[in-house]
Amino acid sequence: MKFTLSWLKEHLETDAPLEAIADRLTMLGLEVEEVTDLRTVLAPFTVAEVVTAEKHPDADRLKVCTVRTGDGGRDLRIVCGAPNARAGLKGVLARPGMTIPESGQVLKTGRIRGVDSEGMLCSSRELGLGDDHSGIIELPADAPLGMSVADVLPLDPVIDIAITPNRADCLGVRGVARDLAASGLGTLKPLTVEPVPGTFDSPVRISHGFDKADREACPLFVGRFIRGVTNGESPQWVKDRLTAVGLRPISALVDVTNLISLQFGRPLHVFDADRLTGDMHPRFARSGETMVALDEKTYSLTSADVVIADDAGPQALGGVMGGLHSGCTGETVNVFLESALFDARRVAATGRRLGLESDARYRFERGVDPESAIMGAEMGTRLILDWCGGEASHLVIEGAVPAWRTEVSLNPMRVRRLCGLSVTGAECRRILEDLGCEVLAENEDGALTVIVPSWRMDITGEHDLVEEVARVYGFDRISTVSLPRDPMPKPVLTGAQVRRVATRRTLAARGLDECVTWSFLPRGHAAAFGGGQPALDLANPISSELDAMRPSMLPNLATAAQRNADRGIPNAALFEVGPQFHGGEPGEQAMVAAGLRAGVSGPRHWDVAPRAVDAFDAKADALAALEAAGAPVASLQCVAEAPAWYHPGRSGALKLGPTVLAWFGDLHPGVLKTLDVKGPMTAFEVFLEAVPEPKARPTKARPLLKASAFQPVERDFAFLMDEDVAAQALVRAARGADKTLIADVSVFDVYQGERLEPGRKSVALCVTLQPRDRTLTDDEIEAAGKKVVAAVAKATGAELRG
Amino acid sequence: MEDLETLRAEVVAAIAAAPDLAALEETRVAALGKKGRVTALMKSLGGMDPETRKAAGQQMNRVKDAIVQTIEGRRAALEAAELEARLGRERVDVTLPARPARSGAVHPISQTWDEVVAIFGQMGFAVAEGPDIEDDFHNFTALNFPPGHPAREMHDTFFLPERADGTRHVLRTHTSPVQVRTMLNQAPPIRILAPGRTYRSDSDMTHTPMFHQFEGLVLDQTTHMGHLKGCLQEFVQAYFEVDDVPMRFRPSFFPFTEPSAEVDIRCSRKGGELRIGVGDDWLEILGCGMVHPNVLRACGLDPEEVQGFAFGVGLERIAMLKYGIPDLRTFFDSDLRWLRHYGFAALDVPTLHGGLAR
Repeated sequence: MKFTLSWLKEHLETDAPLEAIADRLTMLGLEVEEVTDLRTVLAPFTVAEVVTAEKHPDADRLKVCTVRTGDGGRDLRIVCGAPNARAGLKGVLARPGMTIPESGQVLKTGRIRGVDSEGMLCSSRELGLGDDHSGIIELPADAPLGMSVADVLPLDPVIDIAITPNRADCLGVRGVARDLAASGLGTLKPLTVEPVPGTFDSPVRISHGFDKADREACPLFVGRFIRGVTNGESPQWVKDRLTAVGLRPISALVDVTNLISLQFGRPLHVFDADRLTGDMHPRFARSGETMVALDEKTYSLTSADVVIADDAGPQALGGVMGGLHSGCTGETVNVFLESALFDARRVAATGRRLGLESDARYRFERGVDPESAIMGAEMGTRLILDWCGGEASHLVIEGAVPAWRTEVSLNPMRVRRLCGLSVTGAECRRILEDLGCEVLAENEDGALTVIVPSWRMDITGEHDLVEEVARVYGFDRISTVSLPRDPMPKPVLTGAQVRRVATRRTLAARGLDECVTWSFLPRGHAAAFGGGQPALDLANPISSELDAMRPSMLPNLATAAQRNADRGIPNAALFEVGPQFHGGEPGEQAMVAAGLRAGVSGPRHWDVAPRAVDAFDAKADALAALEAAGAPVASLQCVAEAPAWYHPGRSGALKLGPTVLAWFGDLHPGVLKTLDVKGPMTAFEVFLEAVPEPKARPTKARPLLKASAFQPVERDFAFLMDEDVAAQALVRAARGADKTLIADVSVFDVYQGERLEPGRKSVALCVTLQPRDRTLTDDEIEAAGKKVVAAVAKATGAELRG
Repeated sequence: MEDLETLRAEVVAAIAAAPDLAALEETRVAALGKKGRVTALMKSLGGMDPETRKAAGQQMNRVKDAIVQTIEGRRAALEAAELEARLGRERVDVTLPARPARSGAVHPISQTWDEVVAIFGQMGFAVAEGPDIEDDFHNFTALNFPPGHPAREMHDTFFLPERADGTRHVLRTHTSPVQVRTMLNQAPPIRILAPGRTYRSDSDMTHTPMFHQFEGLVLDQTTHMGHLKGCLQEFVQAYFEVDDVPMRFRPSFFPFTEPSAEVDIRCSRKGGELRIGVGDDWLEILGCGMVHPNVLRACGLDPEEVQGFAFGVGLERIAMLKYGIPDLRTFFDSDLRWLRHYGFAALDVPTLHGGLAR
């Protein structure tokens, strides 16, 4: 909200400088967004006099002026296009090098149609003083030549503050002044509103059309008929004030309502009474009714909208905006003034539904002082009579001020307990009284019982009063205290959180770059990865590209890899650790580490040729992630099962018993096509929450190392078998052949080709025998080898290759 | 019998003349082999009388030892020369690039998160987590958002489709519902940090529809606003790694705290470079306050017994401030150039004793 310093000082007696006022406003919770002090900006501009003004030789609308500066130097020649430039005029001079406030541009010596111009005579708009650009500013004839215009013009600093939603009382200058006074920055000046005596009964009457249950939609309507007005311009000081805070002066009648709204947060409306038919009826709109508002737009109304209607139909949207039909014009002679109360929620709902912003809506949806209706009508009447003349009727009052008096108590001890502030009971009482509270009682503990003022509907309980005292007393006076804590910090992360960090850093160490992608994606992408169920759609997505919750992170990573390829960075290796969603209820999500490699294994290199990434890259990533996540990697089973977004022949699952811990493999080419990305891409998804928690152990001790003193022996075996026998089966069988002696089995060759029958393959194993207590004899080695061959043959049907 | 001295001289000359190890071996065999000249001489000792044999034997052994030594010396020299020649042949262009190996980068959001946890961990905050999809109660009602509050509207909050009972879940607009879940499930004292993804229907230069927050909650019987100031002061100084950061707690308004404050820190923007802790400007970094009694009641706690504070910080925002990242939207672009430039090494785990950031 914007207001000017002099406006504030009409309500606040203070000598405080502008800067102190601004700082205090911020520390009261009325955050200053901007202070515009034209006195500083305009200080370099000086009073100058036009000595001669001749027509420009080459331009009809320009004048060449001789301008006296008053600084003792020679007169300046200035080319000026203003129609009012004439000899004897005193104006505002800008010299080359000065910044013009409106444009922000530095003025240069110019040459206009062949004539040099050594400065500029400024209009109001150019100086940021208003909209007037019809001519240059005319200063009073007695303005001293050469003096800074900051000392000549009535410049009023403008303060713009942000009002939090709870402080409707500060949507008027007086509320701001009250807060400042309570904080000790001055004294709130008294305000007396003299009722304007009416001289006749209003010919327009008010009757509402609400059921008892909906009476709070418009509990009070105060009206007044004023006849014989002349709606001209309002006084200059009013226009200046409205302009300074960013409002356009419209006409005296409209300016009255704006002035009172800005000053007291009390919206008013003035109808042209000659455009009304019959009486006024606050009521709900009838469905199908429409109204053209003052913004000249037509609004379709519903039975939830409160309107002020006459016998012909809606003439105003209650608390939001008046209607164009009954708006005041220059021809208006008789008016009906409205000062009403509207229900905040209904005003907000109507405004929001219609997309209609207005100063009235802004105030009503935050809460207008219920006691302000009659006061607003009296003040509005007074200004209308003063500015427009006319004669006022008696007030017409429909309804009553709703009950607002609530008792709230405050024990000053609460301020200390909650805020750590030592404020005396007397100080608490002073602050609350300065804010407008009426203290009803003070008990022997110092606890106060107060009636909260009508304009503070946000205060309902003791905690609100604690906040008021602390806020006004000053948060800066709360001393800073360290949180008490253990002298030696203890671990705070859960095991799962620690393992998640380890997984992330392991994947990064393996060369994958971590991404953070949206939790939502296009529905088509979701559907290709097992998602797209209606329960996971967003009802109001930000765009059709982000309209479904992700069932997997892979689509986002795949499209990210493609975007990078399009930017000239192929072969992306990306991962993300985050949630994916399988249902629309809270908790139907899983923490997953997913990653993807695209293109080839690396850049072209003089020694290592890049190869296409494949499922074994993804398998290695998945296993590394699982190991970091604490999974018993050695006990996992790898099976050739994976969901449909993987290549059916080049993908698998890593399982612990029946539980899938990870999927890995090449992405399905059809799915890549759906995502509009180019392959190959190989990917993995590790389900972190499926990894079992490690067993709790009483100590951190490792099992004792049993290193054998005897050298291990390696023996190689090549087996022939059908091509669909899994290598894992071979390895398991070999390993199980002699559990005490066989320490390791690895696959070092796989062959399938011309030298074998079709459908057969050869797999070569290296078996490591580890003697424990003595060197093995040849016979023992031979015997172990036979066991391996027999076990493998039994388990898989493979035979030793001759 | 050959003259011993001549023999020695001839053999030594032959050894010295041997051009390579093979020739040296031939020379050795010719002298010391089974049929070698020295061996032949040694055999002649058998026919001598003991006196002569003793003297001749000693002489011969000296000569033999000298020859053996010379051979060894020559062998070492030849081996060294051969090794040198081989190494010369094995020369490679070491300026060729090494074999490719890339390590990836940790996203700034993750790194900042680890930093924040390290600091608050020191103060005894545990990390609590909750679902991204929330119900109205946890996201709004329990947090004292009145019915009709703008945050409950479609233009601010993402909604899921209407459920069978007519209610609609939301994507959580803050991580405060995690505080609610914690208060409902755990008796005070409570000290938690609730990090995570949050969602608001907003997308422009400075807003993204998804972003990250961390919120703190401290609840016990005695924690007051002075502790809130102390906690945040220590956090800000530790996080920005600046010894003294002047702070300003401005009264503000949030539905779920009272009194509420927004916190500004001193900064300087001279020369386009942001510096924290110095200068004349204020920079808003977070919102906080004492937990509202209505929130405590909604979570089954008695505001006369339990009190404490809560705060909420935008994770991306403080990452941007600390690391000079200019644009929020780039966090979610997955642009490798950005990830590698602003990301962190896998092993750069922030700790307080080792420093948070290199």
